[in-house]
Amino acid sequence: MSQQNIQAKIRSNPKFAELVGKRTRFAIILSLVVLVPYYSFMMVTAFNPGLLAKPLAEGSVMTWGWPLAALMVVGGWLLTGVYISRANGEFDDLNQQILKEAQK
Amino acid sequence: MKRSLIALSAGLLIAGLAIAAPGALDGVQKQPLNVSAIAMFMVFVIATLGITKWAAGRTKSTADFYTAGGGITGFQNGLAIAGDYMSAATLLGLTSLVYAKGFDGFIYTVSFFIGWPIILFLMAERLRNLGKFTFADIASYRLDQSRIRTFAAFGSLTVVCFYLIVQMVGAGQLIQLLFGLEYNMAVVCVGILMMVYVTFGGMVATTWVQIIKACLLLGGGTALMLLAFSQFGFSFENLFGQAVAAHKAGIKIMAPGSLMADPVSAVSLSFALLFGTAGLPHIMMRFFTVPNAKEARKSVFYATGFIGFFFLVVIILGISAIVIVGQNPAFFEGGQVGGKLIGGGNMPVMHLAKSVGGDIFLGFLSAVAFATILAVVSGLALAGASAIAHDLYARVIKKGEATSAQEMKVTKIASVGIGLTAIALGILFKDQNIAFLVALTFGVAASVNFPVLILSMYWKGLTTRGALWGGIAGLVSAVGLVVLSPAVWVKVLGNAQAVFPYDHPAIISMTLAFVVTWLGSVTDKSARAAKEAEAFEEQYIRAQTGLGAAGAHAH
Repeated sequence: MSQQNIQAKIRSNPKFAELVGKRTRFAIILSLVVLVPYYSFMMVTAFNPGLLAKPLAEGSVMTWGWPLAALMVVGGWLLTGVYISRANGEFDDLNQQILKEAQK
Repeated sequence: MKRSLIALSAGLLIAGLAIAAPGALDGVQKQPLNVSAIAMFMVFVIATLGITKWAAGRTKSTADFYTAGGGITGFQNGLAIAGDYMSAATLLGLTSLVYAKGFDGFIYTVSFFIGWPIILFLMAERLRNLGKFTFADIASYRLDQSRIRTFAAFGSLTVVCFYLIVQMVGAGQLIQLLFGLEYNMAVVCVGILMMVYVTFGGMVATTWVQIIKACLLLGGGTALMLLAFSQFGFSFENLFGQAVAAHKAGIKIMAPGSLMADPVSAVSLSFALLFGTAGLPHIMMRFFTVPNAKEARKSVFYATGFIGFFFLVVIILGISAIVIVGQNPAFFEGGQVGGKLIGGGNMPVMHLAKSVGGDIFLGFLSAVAFATILAVVSGLALAGASAIAHDLYARVIKKGEATSAQEMKVTKIASVGIGLTAIALGILFKDQNIAFLVALTFGVAASVNFPVLILSMYWKGLTTRGALWGGIAGLVSAVGLVVLSPAVWVKVLGNAQAVFPYDHPAIISMTLAFVVTWLGSVTDKSARAAKEAEAFEEQYIRAQTGLGAAGAHAH
């Protein structure tokens, strides 16, 4: 079967639309979960740095800025884990089905 | 000259920008010969040359050479990506920034990290599914082969050259500092070793050098962190309390300071780091070394974990150094606490190693720093060689008619050529203020490579004309604005005031590149443009499903 035929089959398979839709939405949401806090953080450091300078507890030298920055690093990594657990499981299974059905 | 260099570098450090600079080290003076460091480094060199010999036996085809035959696992590739990204100045530069500026150093570190999750979500699997050997493969997938590929290859080579200069000059200074070797000799050593790894071992050797170095760097950094942190009873409150008491800025180190005072410059910096990372050719190339999209995703997951972990370790090292190094007269010139650090402003982590681990640990960490530079330049050289041999020679000049043997020969000549160029540039730029080269590297990567890469994958309407116009606009504006920026206009050319006030051009040049690409594409009514839009369908299906993607080769 020709390559074009396979492609047409993939295109017309409703599962392809489902895969692309789900995966794209998921990727965009996760990107926003990373970027919105990051740029908010950057804007706070620029316009209202006092907010991050607040001590964590009364009399403590530790300020809110440090754990929040650390959270962005750890959180960013955990989100990559969230993405691959779904992409390498659910999405790849769907992808395999689509490829298999197109070969028929 | 040396004094003014130090003053310049110190000024840059305060601006927080010298550190953008993997490799832009302070002016340094030669130190006494460090025997234990050299001995440990020799062990690394012998081991990696052994690996190169083994790899040479397995590097038969061009696919082996460029991408290790696609036979690297996600975990191995994750380590190698982390290794490519963590250069010597990540260890030295980021710790010294935290040492000098406290929380501002952390903000910078987060900006340096945050691109990785985005690369995974938006790029990793499409890169893997569409690319074969180089990022130009993707950029020119459905556009004009010769023009876009040539342009993308030059984009790669530009970034590789700028970054190589940064690394080579950093290598010369660092080695002179840590090992007590002559600058020129250090540069020649690095250049020759890099040529040997790349020419004989290709991607297999380069990857394993990178993996070993990443393990050494992670292990060494973690051990140092544990040793230093144990002196504070593993208590953050204790550590930070003492740091605040020891630092001359006092409690100010706990809050955002001057680094982010100017939001435009902060955003421009973050654009450069975030999108520049996604346009570094030696990083992009790593996505083709794994067998499929699944492994590509895994490799970013591991890489992000290692990089994030290491960055957090670096923060603790910087803070510990404030207390342990910053109050010890033995580490200051003339024994004056608060004066100039022996060896320059990038040395806190090295002094920390000596303080908590003795001479042997210092030697070990010095050897790791040298190994790090060597591994990073090898990755760069390989990316450059593939742009010359695969893109320019095999695809553009020979129009895809070159035999594998011919292409292999050109890759080897290109690797040697790049090695010699790197040595020459390293010597030429000795004692030059090279901080601007980092802005240039990331600026060009973000404004030339990144837009064409992301638009070719995501936007059906992209045409050859748009990509060329946009790429040229990005290149001209990125280079032009860096020349007009404080780092060149004031500090190199000696003018009183910069024409363009920000060191990083990305906020303007990247935006311009996107706008011009869009404009050039939507106004393109040619028959070719229509064909290119039509071809998007096939590319889109392949990007999404991996249908027809290059698989793993026999290994």
